[in-house]
Amino acid sequence: MRKTKQLGVTTALALIIGSTTAFAENIKIAFIDPLSGPFAATGTNGLHQFEFAAETLVNAKGGVLDGQMFEVIGFDNKISPKESLIQLQVAIDQGVRYIVQGNSSGVANALTEAVDKHNKRNPDSRVLFLNYAAVDPALTNEKCNFWHFRFDANADIKMDALTDVIAANEGIKNVYVIGQDYSFGKAVAEAAEANLAAKRPDIQIVGNELHPIGKVKDFTPYARKIVGAETDAVITGNWGADMLGLGKSIIENGFTGPIYTYYAAGSGITAAFGEGGKGSIRLISEGQINPPPTEEAAAYYTAYKAKYPDGNVDQSRISNTIGMLAQAIQAAGTSTDVVAVASALEGMEYDSMWGTKVYMRPQDHQAIQNMHIAVHTNEGVTFDYDNSGFGVVAESTIEMAGMDSPTTCKMERP
Amino acid sequence: MELVLVNLIDGLVTGLLLFMLSAGLTLIFSMMGVLNFAHASFYMLGAYFAYQISLYMGFWVGLLVAPIIVGIAGAGVERYGLRRVHQYGHVPELIFTFGLALLIEELVQFIWGKNQMPFDIPEVLNFTAFAIAGNSIPAYKIFMIFISVAIFIGLLFVLTKTRVGMIIQAALSYPRTVEALGHNVPLIFMGVFGVGTALAGVAGAIAGPVLGTFPGMAFVLGSIVFVTIVIGGLGSLWGALVASLLIGWITTFAKSYNIRMEDILNGIGISTPEYLDDNIFRDLWTITSPQIADILPYILMVLILIFRPYGLLGKRDA
Repeated sequence: MRKTKQLGVTTALALIIGSTTAFAENIKIAFIDPLSGPFAATGTNGLHQFEFAAETLVNAKGGVLDGQMFEVIGFDNKISPKESLIQLQVAIDQGVRYIVQGNSSGVANALTEAVDKHNKRNPDSRVLFLNYAAVDPALTNEKCNFWHFRFDANADIKMDALTDVIAANEGIKNVYVIGQDYSFGKAVAEAAEANLAAKRPDIQIVGNELHPIGKVKDFTPYARKIVGAETDAVITGNWGADMLGLGKSIIENGFTGPIYTYYAAGSGITAAFGEGGKGSIRLISEGQINPPPTEEAAAYYTAYKAKYPDGNVDQSRISNTIGMLAQAIQAAGTSTDVVAVASALEGMEYDSMWGTKVYMRPQDHQAIQNMHIAVHTNEGVTFDYDNSGFGVVAESTIEMAGMDSPTTCKMERP
Repeated sequence: MELVLVNLIDGLVTGLLLFMLSAGLTLIFSMMGVLNFAHASFYMLGAYFAYQISLYMGFWVGLLVAPIIVGIAGAGVERYGLRRVHQYGHVPELIFTFGLALLIEELVQFIWGKNQMPFDIPEVLNFTAFAIAGNSIPAYKIFMIFISVAIFIGLLFVLTKTRVGMIIQAALSYPRTVEALGHNVPLIFMGVFGVGTALAGVAGAIAGPVLGTFPGMAFVLGSIVFVTIVIGGLGSLWGALVASLLIGWITTFAKSYNIRMEDILNGIGISTPEYLDDNIFRDLWTITSPQIADILPYILMVLILIFRPYGLLGKRDA
């Protein structure tokens, strides 16, 4: 009896040790984003896209270096900066060298500071922060550091691209700006005003307004004012339920012009807009989904749908993040010396399967890539969102948007 | 002038919707002396059930059946949950309903996921009923007004003109006496709770397509419903109606007109500081009414609590 027990314990121990040595080969990537609470849908969807990208783009092709695999580990930060710092510490203790995060610029600001401090104090366990969606311009300007890389275009670049398209449309004479009453909503409004004044001084901003975030039940009165102002276009940075409520209300009350937005696709919003939003909702984003830019992208999307039938590939930058990290590790010849990996990422030009070159600008670690204005429709949609038959189709493209946008970043290199 | 009329209609729709929720809540409160924190969750359940049923049997069946299911669920909660907790006093009851609200939200996320549901207005009602000075009034809004008014009249009729209503009213004030007269008071309580939650279910079923069907919908409306019944007076049906309409109109008008704090302050004789950008009250000076519209009811509630703690039409002492 005692013998069997001993044997059992030894085997178990051997198994544990065996498995840890097997895992030690893996390159761990910590995904620190909300996996519970009101933003859990966005976070979980992002995690799935990361896992899938690591699996398809790296592991299925035999990994990087001498067969090292990518392993994405989810850490739930409940979208709180405080919780994120705890999770960051947990991740570092587990031997993680690469942190990815995207939801909320507040969290990103906290993380980038913490990573900077940690790397200064612990040169042996330095980590890189790969930001895939937090768009606060400060992250690549006054708050920039060597360890932070942003793979999405920042809010200023997006507004610059958006207003390029508006400026090119001679039919637009009046514009109405509306947003949520907090830092991001205000930043969008300011950027819109400044850009339009510079590019098309003849365009009149007939309304510029903020509403409480997440508190509005009925958007009808706002919509009435927008319709009453006889505007040709609406610009909003709204997201989530506020985006859907505002958009639906504007359309229902008879507005037929374009509504230019940042976040109005996927996570059920595309399905909920349905027929009503057709031809009205226009999004600025990187990565073209429809028509699929390359065969590789089409195959990638099809495979993703096979694995997650209810999911959407709505953040093509996630696959760019994984692809560029793999390429950088390959070029640096190491996965543990993150300074070498970061240096390889700097100035990298990556051919994305989403039909664009992604250039990691060395001055501020801001990715420069093609931006697209996509329209919400059900015509010409190869890959729909939310299984609704509706999706976003690229309408116009801004090549390498923000290539020479200014930055105040003074990069300190180790 | 025409715009005022349009805003009156918009505010009426918002107010009546709020009334359907607060009517049930205020009835339940006057009956059991307990605020039902899970009330808005039943509203959410109504929307989700109606959506699910509408996928298979159309909107109208959903509108009819969903509130019934919600009502039965509500009655079940009273019979097997609240009644057991009741003996331990009011605080455990409060905590019970609070927990229930969280549970329902998690349950909804578990079954339907966290995304928005594509719950749409039925085709028959998807047209413009009429237009006032270029502002179209969708037929669905008119439909919402009719449903709410019909429910209010029906409720008032049952409560004041029928035998059942009289027994309910008696049981609300003197449960022991009514019980001694041979009426089954626990059954009445269960019935009132069921009807109250069913009303919330109706509100959910008709509001789901316009206000969005998503797991946060209970949270968005939950607090404002409490504000409504506090303003109207806890336990008063008329109070709930008056407060709902008041809130509907206040928020609608505040959103429609750009009233600036600067103008108000100037109006009462305070002049604008010269260097506004450096002033510590800058945020106060630059507030506009659309910015704070949906917070105004809370300010109103605070004022009511200070000057008339029992609410506009409430009878009891707070």
